[in-house]
Amino acid sequence: MMCIHIHHYSTHTHNHATPRNQIQISKSLTVNIRPKWKQKTFGLRSLPGLLYNQPSLLVGSRTDVASVTPWSAPIIWEGTFDPILIDSIYKQHNLTIATTVFALGKYTRFVKDFLESAEQHYFVGFRVHYYLFTDQPESIPEVKMGENHNLTVLKVQSLNRWQDISMSRMEKLEKLIENELANKADYIFCLDIDTKFYGRWGVESLGRLVGVIHPWLFDVPRDRFTYERRPESQAYIPAGEGDFYYAGAAFGGSLEDVHQLTKTCREKLLIDAANSIEAVWQEESHLNKYFLLNKPSKLLSPEYMWRGINEKAAQIKVVRFSNVAKNYAEVRPNP
Amino acid sequence: MTLLRQNFIIILVFFGMVLSGLIYLNHNQCRCNQKMKEQGIINGGTDETIHPRKSRCNQQITEQGITNLEWKQNTFGLRSSPGLLYNQQSALVGSRTDVASVTSWSAPIIWEGTFDSTLIDSIYKQQNLTIATTAFALGKYVRFVKDFLESAEQHYFVGFRVHYYLFTDQPELVPEVKMGENRSLTVLKVQSLKRWQDISMSRMEKLEKLIESELASEANYIFCLDIDTKFYGRWGVESLGRLVGVIHPWLYDTSRDKFTYERSPKSQAYIPAGEGDYYYAGGAFGGSLEDVYHLTKTCREQMSIDAANSIEAVWQEESHLNKYFLLNKPSKLLSPEYMWRDINASAAQIKIVRFTNVPKNYAEIRPNP
Repeated sequence: MMCIHIHHYSTHTHNHATPRNQIQISKSLTVNIRPKWKQKTFGLRSLPGLLYNQPSLLVGSRTDVASVTPWSAPIIWEGTFDPILIDSIYKQHNLTIATTVFALGKYTRFVKDFLESAEQHYFVGFRVHYYLFTDQPESIPEVKMGENHNLTVLKVQSLNRWQDISMSRMEKLEKLIENELANKADYIFCLDIDTKFYGRWGVESLGRLVGVIHPWLFDVPRDRFTYERRPESQAYIPAGEGDFYYAGAAFGGSLEDVHQLTKTCREKLLIDAANSIEAVWQEESHLNKYFLLNKPSKLLSPEYMWRGINEKAAQIKVVRFSNVAKNYAEVRPNP
Repeated sequence: MTLLRQNFIIILVFFGMVLSGLIYLNHNQCRCNQKMKEQGIINGGTDETIHPRKSRCNQQITEQGITNLEWKQNTFGLRSSPGLLYNQQSALVGSRTDVASVTSWSAPIIWEGTFDSTLIDSIYKQQNLTIATTAFALGKYVRFVKDFLESAEQHYFVGFRVHYYLFTDQPELVPEVKMGENRSLTVLKVQSLKRWQDISMSRMEKLEKLIESELASEANYIFCLDIDTKFYGRWGVESLGRLVGVIHPWLYDTSRDKFTYERSPKSQAYIPAGEGDYYYAGGAFGGSLEDVYHLTKTCREQMSIDAANSIEAVWQEESHLNKYFLLNKPSKLLSPEYMWRDINASAAQIKIVRFTNVPKNYAEIRPNP
């Protein structure tokens, strides 16, 4: 059963009033709304009698990759987790996972494959609520959804530059979390739309603050990461610093932590704009700066944001979520 | 004044006193509930840190049930200082290839080399943490206190705020140990017990009560350690997590069917063959106050049921701890570096001994065999 709610939504005013947000919110006025976050007091409860192989302490499940960061955040690769065990653990928590995507201009063409493949692979068996931002709600196709999966379409203004479309996502996410999600979802993932799922993306990805390692930059020394290198930008990361290069196309975590992330990135983007500077990879640069100073509590390997379904690399045993081939010149509103 | 009027006035005054009494009690109750409600909302997670408040409210409400305890906030992110320098870690080269550094439910397993101490100290220093640490020294075990505390002052959460809680039946025998700044020791007198098994098992209830009455809003994390031990290397913030278990030093290279779990179905601690993740040491466990409270309460309840059925688990509360950790997966595991066999014992995977049993003559120090 698909539920589509169409809301008229913009960054400056909220036309659908919820009791907490009768006030107009404009760009220059920061109102300190204190959302009431949904309670998250779960432990990792396992069902008695659940059977699975004994884990070994002396044999890492993957010897060709790092499965933990220097600050002890796990890095999720195929083989490092037991899906039966973790599904069983998380099923007990009645979770709701919000999932956001943006499909403006010609990018609406990607929606069908995105949603259909998500229904096959993404948090199957769990409650998922997609929030699709678009400037053409009428172009959104009907996609058959599983039980417990919902889609809300939110109308936004068109923008002329793809860079602006990309960067404006931060503010929209910040406002969506504040207005809608704070009390309703336990976790949120913010994904690019020009993508498709090919393998399991499940509860192994859940954590307070989750970053995905960029598929083109996981085997590269940090001084070659495409961080913003100009000190004038808020996203600046000097040579000699940096942990990983994270993809802007997929990040997530608890509502509270992602709210803080999107809010901070939005603020930094604004400061840069006021100083007439645009970071080299737009909000992805700011995301990387954020993750340097606010370490993710969990990292997802490039299985979770891959180059293309036909691309291979020795360490990638499963492609779960990947960019789809596209003609950038054709699909983007500007070069 | 007539007698009637006099009586009337007396009755009126009496009524007035009763009424004021009721109003006073109701007011108190309301204030208490109000405070609890505020705490309840804040427990949902905001950016604010609560200043720990001890009040009569804590006492009153704990009699009603655990859900009303006010836990000190643990909503910190992992904030790193700008400009902090450390080596890059590769995504493709594990720092340790001879051990597993993560469990099948994605909890990290802490071994030397798997964490960067400069980086994590810097992250956690920003959180103004208090780490409660409990130990029990009854009977002849009081002789271990000096080495335990002195070595802890050298290696255990150095530079962080630590509050030791030492339970003993002989407070007068507890030696003076020089403590660093931000470190304190509270000695708590308890009754002597005749059997070492009872001493061991009774710890769960004492920990449960200590957390309820003292620690809930005072500390962020707690570790519960054996006393017949000594620190030889760093035990720091890499060990912090919501629910932390330590892998037993004698049982980390063994198949699960050889783990010394309780194998009698009559016991609440029963784990059948074919089940189990790891064998955890009873000599060290920890986590957030709330999670450890739940652990100690559950273990205490399960041991009570066993006692009522005249059964004692094969390794006492350690058996119950293992049952608990099977059903409530730890969010972080510490390798046997954190609870080792003996400073002179070696094993290939143990690059550093942080905390270990000290040699002792069991026949001599235990009150019973």
